[in-house]
Amino acid sequence: MKKEGIRRIWGDYQKEIADDKYYFVRSCIRQTFFPGSDATFLKILREVLGKDVFEDKNHTTCTGIGYHCEVIPFPTIQTVVARNFALMGEHGYQNYIPSCVTSFGIYCEVLDTWHHFPEEKEKTRNFLREATNREFEEPQNLVHTSDVIYKFRNEIAAKAKYKLVNKDTGKPLKVVDHIGCHYAKIFPSKGVGGAEFPNVLSGLVEAWGGEVVDYPERRHCCGFGFRQYFVQANRGYSIAASKKKFESMEPFKPDLIITNCPGCNYFMDRWQYALAEMEGKTYDEYGYGIPTLSYEEVAGILLGFDPWESGLQMHQVSVNPLLDKIGVEYNPNIKFKGENGQDLGKPESPNVLKFF
Amino acid sequence: MSKKVAIIGGGVAGIEAAKKLSEFGYEISLFEKDTELGGHVAKWDRLFPNQRRAQEVVDILQKDLEKIQVYKSANVQSINRENGSFSVNATGKSYPADAVVVATGFELFPAEKKEEYGYQIFDNVITSADLELMFKKFGKPQTVSGVNPSRVAIIHCVGSRDEKVNRPYCSKVCCVTAVKQAIEIKESLPNCEVFNFYMDLRLFGPGYEELYKKAQTMGVTFVRGRLSETSELEGGRILVKAEDTLSSKPLKMSVDMVVLMVGMSPNPENNELFNGVGLAENSDGFLQVNDYHTEPTKSQIEGIFIAGACSGPNNITDSINAARSAAMDAHKFLTRN
Repeated sequence: MKKEGIRRIWGDYQKEIADDKYYFVRSCIRQTFFPGSDATFLKILREVLGKDVFEDKNHTTCTGIGYHCEVIPFPTIQTVVARNFALMGEHGYQNYIPSCVTSFGIYCEVLDTWHHFPEEKEKTRNFLREATNREFEEPQNLVHTSDVIYKFRNEIAAKAKYKLVNKDTGKPLKVVDHIGCHYAKIFPSKGVGGAEFPNVLSGLVEAWGGEVVDYPERRHCCGFGFRQYFVQANRGYSIAASKKKFESMEPFKPDLIITNCPGCNYFMDRWQYALAEMEGKTYDEYGYGIPTLSYEEVAGILLGFDPWESGLQMHQVSVNPLLDKIGVEYNPNIKFKGENGQDLGKPESPNVLKFF
Repeated sequence: MSKKVAIIGGGVAGIEAAKKLSEFGYEISLFEKDTELGGHVAKWDRLFPNQRRAQEVVDILQKDLEKIQVYKSANVQSINRENGSFSVNATGKSYPADAVVVATGFELFPAEKKEEYGYQIFDNVITSADLELMFKKFGKPQTVSGVNPSRVAIIHCVGSRDEKVNRPYCSKVCCVTAVKQAIEIKESLPNCEVFNFYMDLRLFGPGYEELYKKAQTMGVTFVRGRLSETSELEGGRILVKAEDTLSSKPLKMSVDMVVLMVGMSPNPENNELFNGVGLAENSDGFLQVNDYHTEPTKSQIEGIFIAGACSGPNNITDSINAARSAAMDAHKFLTRN
């Protein structure tokens, strides 16, 4: 592979990322599956980088999952998006940062629609006015939260306590970067690095000392794919898609999978358990599975955040082996302790996937 | 004193136009930006449909150029028109002309724009032009590590009939080039498997259909389906994903080499060169001719004539015919009244 060819593509796909004063919007599923990741993101931005991030208790889902499952019509989703924009304006913010890749795709799609079909925007204005008596303006800057971490990757590296390096061998950890499909495959120009060779996560890995693993099924869907999972009869496709990816990356022996999409983070984590139960196989050498973490979860580890406060115990594939490889100081005995040391109980161990 | 004609571009069309106008007695200045004449043809190894050496055609065309003033490595910066006469500004000098023949040709589609195909990223993804250079140099294809490929995928329509990269038109010659190159791979490496991935086979010229049949009898496999993406496997092999649209099934295979059949794109210099004199572009970005059916080598500007692939994809024969037609049009213009 010629690195200069990829760098040329990265040069073609750069975008403006605001450097402060963000209006933060949560993901529906991420705060359920990995509640610590949003908290970690906010902690990094506010406490480590000193940024102004506003979170509004009144913001709602973008309804993207319903839209992609064809239960939410397009005029409705445009109005919901417009309402969230209106809230942003009411609080005096102009830089909108959704933490969900599906939402990011939805916002890009709605803005693009309004650009090409201004009459749709006017209709939406009327709908919003009738429904809520609100007015809205488009954001000045709309990027995904992983774009923000990408922008400050070097600052994070400078403040990090650890690197993506094996403490015993001194070699960079091998990291698979998995980009959510809706991040750039719909609008390549909206993704850092474009759709074919995205740089938004590989840039983090390199800045933080790791080595990016390229593997044949890199572009393949994680298996979430709304039609694959939400249509119950299609769930076989979902796990088959994940299996295809794991089989493809297995020969490269990755130490970590880093994701920027809540769905990808969940499915690439949980399906490893399901595949282990179904086939008696894991895709690493030791039966632990391949840890799958979001970008800010990785950043949190490197910055020295307590892994359990960051919610890393919510992952099915245990992160302990990864923490040990990096040399993170942590207490494994409080992994399943709640606030005030309350014992939450250790989940039942699977039959095949080793669990700590 | 004889009248002067400037020819912009020293490919096959430019050379032929220069020679014909010289035979009519005009004083010819031929401007070529490269160090040698012959354009793209001079870089090719063999030609369809008879696998004749490309250099042979270039050599024939280059005979009897003594009366023509040839300027090589000459970058034409602009053309000005005043009181019915022209001045061609090249490499810092101004050359007067009574008529101009534009033969600036085309550029090969930059395959790296199809990012998903991995050109300039994966070592063993090459273009049809790269393969011709390999044939010139080694007489056969070889991978970046210098070994003979045992399986090659040839991808048709790269930068042709593809609205995603703003090339909606057919480049006309890529299908037959793909068939020719498939045959040449089999001839040089008989045990190599060759797979041609095509949308439709557009083989319009004499001898082309026979070439297609020859490829089939030699064991070349034709798969109707467009390439989806490539990935690199360990060891530099390439994983190809496509759809076989005849069997309606997705297809995945590993090959040692992928050859992208790059189409013809408008010469990007045309805009800057000819906007000043008012030459327009057609909907595909090539130079607009006055009447596609009846005046295919006249431009919309009096005194400027168009020859070869600068007005759209052409094969060598059609480019030479266009050059002769442009020469006739120019002669008629110069002898008016």
